[in-house]
Amino acid sequence: MISVTGMIKAFNKGDVNEVTALSGVDLEVADGDFITIIGSNGAGKSTFLNALAGMFPIDAGRVVLDGTDITRWPEYKRAALIGRVFQDPLLGTCAGATIEQNLAMANKRGLKRGLGKGVRTRDREFFREKLAVLGLGLEDRLKTHTGLLSGGQRQALTMLMATLVRPKLLLLDEHTAALDPKTGAMVLDLTDEIVGTEKLTTLMVTHNMKEAIAMGNRLIMFHRGRIVLDIKSEEKKNLRVEDLLQRFADLRGGDGVVSDRMLLG
Amino acid sequence: MTFYAFFGAVEQGFAYGLMVIGVYLTFRILDFPDLTVDGSLPLGASVSAVAITSGHSPLVSIFMAGGAGFLAGMITGILNTKFKILHLLASILSMIALYSINLRIMGRPNMALLGQETVVDRFREWTGMLPQHSTPLLFAVICFAVVAVLIWFLHTEQGLAFLATGDNMQMITSQGVNTDNVIIFGVGLSNALVAASGALVAQNQGAADVNMGVGTIVAGLASVIIGETVFGDKTVSRALVAALLGSVLYRIAIALALGMKLGSFSITPSDLNLITAVLVVVALVMPRIKRKFLAGRAVQ
Ligand SMILES: Nc1ncnc2c1ncn2[C@@H]1O[C@H](COP(=O)(O)OP(=O)(O)OP(=O)(O)O)[C@@H](O)[C@H]1O
Ligand SMILES: [Mg+2]
Repeated sequence: MISVTGMIKAFNKGDVNEVTALSGVDLEVADGDFITIIGSNGAGKSTFLNALAGMFPIDAGRVVLDGTDITRWPEYKRAALIGRVFQDPLLGTCAGATIEQNLAMANKRGLKRGLGKGVRTRDREFFREKLAVLGLGLEDRLKTHTGLLSGGQRQALTMLMATLVRPKLLLLDEHTAALDPKTGAMVLDLTDEIVGTEKLTTLMVTHNMKEAIAMGNRLIMFHRGRIVLDIKSEEKKNLRVEDLLQRFADLRGGDGVVSDRMLLG
Repeated sequence: MTFYAFFGAVEQGFAYGLMVIGVYLTFRILDFPDLTVDGSLPLGASVSAVAITSGHSPLVSIFMAGGAGFLAGMITGILNTKFKILHLLASILSMIALYSINLRIMGRPNMALLGQETVVDRFREWTGMLPQHSTPLLFAVICFAVVAVLIWFLHTEQGLAFLATGDNMQMITSQGVNTDNVIIFGVGLSNALVAASGALVAQNQGAADVNMGVGTIVAGLASVIIGETVFGDKTVSRALVAALLGSVLYRIAIALALGMKLGSFSITPSDLNLITAVLVVVALVMPRIKRKFLAGRAVQ
């Protein structure tokens, strides 16, 4: 259970460039919820995910995860509870380390690191099994440096790393946006499979409306730093892209045209 | 080059070997250009000299020097991570502060170890070898032992987190590692090695001097770059050994340069910082020029 109340975040406070990225976000996430998040550019989606991950302190509000108030926890400490996949495939893995070293580091997420061997022989079998699920042949390339992998391979590996130690919350921020359509679809299938079989509580940001409707059990829309739409279970199943666009236009009081990028998505 | 000069250069290479390994740890692994070393090398020399003259064992004095260097490095790391001062500036501040501290430690600009027994003397007596053989051997043994320990460390769970901190801070933070602590420890460790090297150098030349650290970082970088160019850096283990051997090659190159004569012009020791700086610039710019050159050819 995650509960966010009154989350506010402004950047460049007191400066002419001040922007309020989040202006009071409330969200209750039930265990096992798979929520897709949409919204136009600059709506605050990434800021929201980054705030949950603890990348910066928030100006107001509270984040409670499974009864523990983690509002003041630093990012590295929250990492024990949260798995992440970024938009940039380069961010999720360590290029200079091998596949098995990356997995070994991920296998210790939130656990104490000691002076034992970094990669243990018995872990290798486990890593091979997990890698085989990706269907990319990486299970035979344990000693390959991840810097040599393609963006899609790295993103699939990051997905695996983020879930190797079961996270209480999985955060995916446009994690297929930087990939070509085919690779993106592969990573998305993988997401569906891992989240589905492990029943992970997940927040996934996407600009693709069809994706947002097809995946997960709940859909929320950000607009100007707030959640303006929250569509759940049954209602979401029957949702069509046109409905979504209509409701977005209604919300804006018919004052504007829905952004191109959202339409195209 | 005479045999005698060659052994002298090898001896220097290993005396400064721990310094070069320290520079490798910050510059290459942590991606933290650290100028503290210009202050922590004389710091190690001062601490060792004062410790020996006040009756401590020369071997213990090396560990005391290492401890002092560790603290100096930690301060640079804290300035950077906790007070958000740019790494270069943080390390310059430490370096400048260390100049005053080193003067305080010795109470004067330099300190001779005349008549004091050093690790160099003890090892020579113990082995019964000629000093020009025993000293390089002693320093080489120390350096390879440290390299072996570092290779082991960098393959532990903590070691992987250390490597990843310099490579991809966001990734390793997302895996639950407090990178501030890693940086503080890493810069500390690096300067502990540099200070230990300073202690060895002081014991070898029989004196500590506040100005002996000038140009340490540049000599360290030159050695690291020569090492990786000649011996390769495919794995960390290899790169560590390469850095150490790079230190030896660098001192041999300097010995050769000092022996050169062009008509009436000859290179003096005071020219070395300039030559080393130029060498580092060339080494840093070369890959870019090579890439441009290759790209240009590919178009044709
Ligand atoms: N680190 C930062 N410093 C200053 N402003 C920021 C920072 N991060 C985000 N912002 C601003 O906050 C607002 C919300 O940005 P955010 O990245 O959360 O939007 P988003 O919904 O993820 O958009 P996109 O769909 O383009 O990714 C934007 O106006 C952005 O310019
Ligand atoms: Mg975004």
